Amino acid sequence: MKYISEFRNNKYLDELSKLIHKVSKKKICIMEVCGSHTMAIHRFGIKSLLPSNIKLISGPGCPVCVTAIDYIDKAIALAEMKDVIITTFGDLIKVPGSYSSLEKAKARNADIRLVYSILESIDIAVLNPEKKVVFLAIGFETTAPATASGILKSEATGLKNFTILCSHKIMPPPMQAIIENGIKVDGFLAPGHVSVIMGTDMYRFIPEKFSKGIVVSGFEPVDIMQSIYMLVKQIEENKPKIEIQYSRVVKPEGNQKAREIVDMVFEPVDDSWRGLGIIPESGLNLKTNFAKFDAEKMFDIKIKKSKEPAGCICGDILKGLNRPSDCRLFGKVCNLENPVGACMVSSEGSCNIFYRYEGF
Amino acid sequence: MKDSEKIITLNHGSGGKISHDLISGLFLKYFNNKILNRLSDSAVIDSFEEKLSFTTDAFVVEPIFFPGGNIGKLAVCGTVNDLAVSGAVPKYLSASFIIEEGFSITDLEKIIKSIAEEASMAGVAIVTGDTKVVPKGKCDKIFISTSGIGFLKKEFENIGLATKVKTGDKLVVNGTLGDHAIAILASRESLKFETEILSDCSSLNHLIQKSLTVCPHITFMRDITRGGLTTIAVELASMIKKGIMLNEADIPVKEGVQAVCEIFGFDPLILANEGKVLMAVPPEYAGSVLENLRNDPLGQDAAIIGEFTDDHPGKVVLKTIAGGKRLVDMPAGVQLPRIC
Repeated sequence: MKYISEFRNNKYLDELSKLIHKVSKKKICIMEVCGSHTMAIHRFGIKSLLPSNIKLISGPGCPVCVTAIDYIDKAIALAEMKDVIITTFGDLIKVPGSYSSLEKAKARNADIRLVYSILESIDIAVLNPEKKVVFLAIGFETTAPATASGILKSEATGLKNFTILCSHKIMPPPMQAIIENGIKVDGFLAPGHVSVIMGTDMYRFIPEKFSKGIVVSGFEPVDIMQSIYMLVKQIEENKPKIEIQYSRVVKPEGNQKAREIVDMVFEPVDDSWRGLGIIPESGLNLKTNFAKFDAEKMFDIKIKKSKEPAGCICGDILKGLNRPSDCRLFGKVCNLENPVGACMVSSEGSCNIFYRYEGF
Repeated sequence: MKDSEKIITLNHGSGGKISHDLISGLFLKYFNNKILNRLSDSAVIDSFEEKLSFTTDAFVVEPIFFPGGNIGKLAVCGTVNDLAVSGAVPKYLSASFIIEEGFSITDLEKIIKSIAEEASMAGVAIVTGDTKVVPKGKCDKIFISTSGIGFLKKEFENIGLATKVKTGDKLVVNGTLGDHAIAILASRESLKFETEILSDCSSLNHLIQKSLTVCPHITFMRDITRGGLTTIAVELASMIKKGIMLNEADIPVKEGVQAVCEIFGFDPLILANEGKVLMAVPPEYAGSVLENLRNDPLGQDAAIIGEFTDDHPGKVVLKTIAGGKRLVDMPAGVQLPRIC
């Protein structure tokens, strides 16, 4: 299939594997920031194609996993209010909050519906004028433009019964936090889809301030192997820079129009990340002129003090400090059927991916 | 009143004359057979072989009409296939209907008609049934439950338990995976994409009987429904404590299905099917079983997709298209609600 079979071609993968083996000398650590990269690396067994001196570690790029636990608590509180319909991406529904999950709230009669886009959510609001529809807006720069366009559409059509519970986040601040926290990373595979929207300028601090390499990678096996090759060369030659492997969709300047609508609707705020804590200007909030679409302002949401599950090390896994198998809950009390931490829930979460694909 | 305006009311489930008229005017008209026509409280049937196979299934698919089938056709295929993969020749089906007040009688007739057509193609008779009407909102349009009886030779009685599987036996599927799930997904109003993918919903009993005739040594069969290939392979490996190695490059998946999977992040190996069977075949018979499958319209895309190993007992490993290897495990929870 066009754009798939070429990028899964065994011959190219073989050649890339040989090239990497040839140039790679140092013992290095590469962080794949994006959850979709983690997924592809395990799904296709990429690690078995690399020399043992290259260690791949997973970063904070799974939007479900990094969503703070009090966000889930608030979503559940909203779901339990009268006449509220919660609309959400599927992954979020199983994430345990401090005391319950959306899945359990749904089983107890809350009206919670799975959607694939904010536009579906808006359609539900139009069809149910007597209800209040809340969209759980999570994700990075990739999903923020879609949310922004949904907000602009709701504004233009004068939709009154629609709000979002916003927890959009942006990628560069946690990457900086990881380096500043002293986590050993020699180079980054940068998220491809985030870069489609934002371009590559925002990564300049990585080579310039911290002398680390960075390659924007696609998601197919050949993409990832080629990106690793480019990164290994940068590291071996000691020439850190920004390179784009995923050039068939990523341009250095990004998608101007998408960036404009994000700027029109959102403003940066300090935001809380699971495992990383509060990171300055790492989140997006609705600007005050769109406050009527902000569920936090339009509802009186009361929650009990949020608490992280005891023993769960999702935070350290998101920072790349630990692997899922280091967690004493992993595979025992925390599994796919009964996830304790968010990393076990999302199909892009490290624990979920390890649980499904490793261990034979 | 135009046909399209005729609807089911609570009176149709009252047990009185209106119920009677519905049964004789619709159900008997299409299901017509000697055993059913007696209209007694239970069907009285002849027995054929020394072993009898009995199964039941409930069908709640949404939407009820989908590309390649509808809830009625599905209700026959599902039960027929459960019998067929047990090595049985399906003979008799029961059908119970729970219908929501307000349901269109035209739609009901379409469903009944396709039940009758599919039953006739599969060579089974609907010999007993029931209809209930529930108030609006108490069920979603129509739910159907079918049970089935088939007869089998004693030599096939353990085919579902895989007791005769040996290391080196090949795993064979009769065609592309994931068609049903993607057809259903595409026909959901909320998802705005179009594909030409049809559900693979079909009765496999003739195909399976032919395979058993060609090769009575088939060591295992299971229809690949909810949970997909992955679930069955994992259940099978852990049941008989042997390893299974699947070869991703050999697993047939339609390009359109693959494309939707790439967009929505689904794994075709865990998607539901309604006309696919997984067989385990001793290596010396694999070629003839495959050829026989490929000569049938329901097996054109059949393929050998893997084999049993002594390595990693109880686990399923996939040799990926990229040349790596990874563990395959069962999906947890719901991928798509109400798919059958």
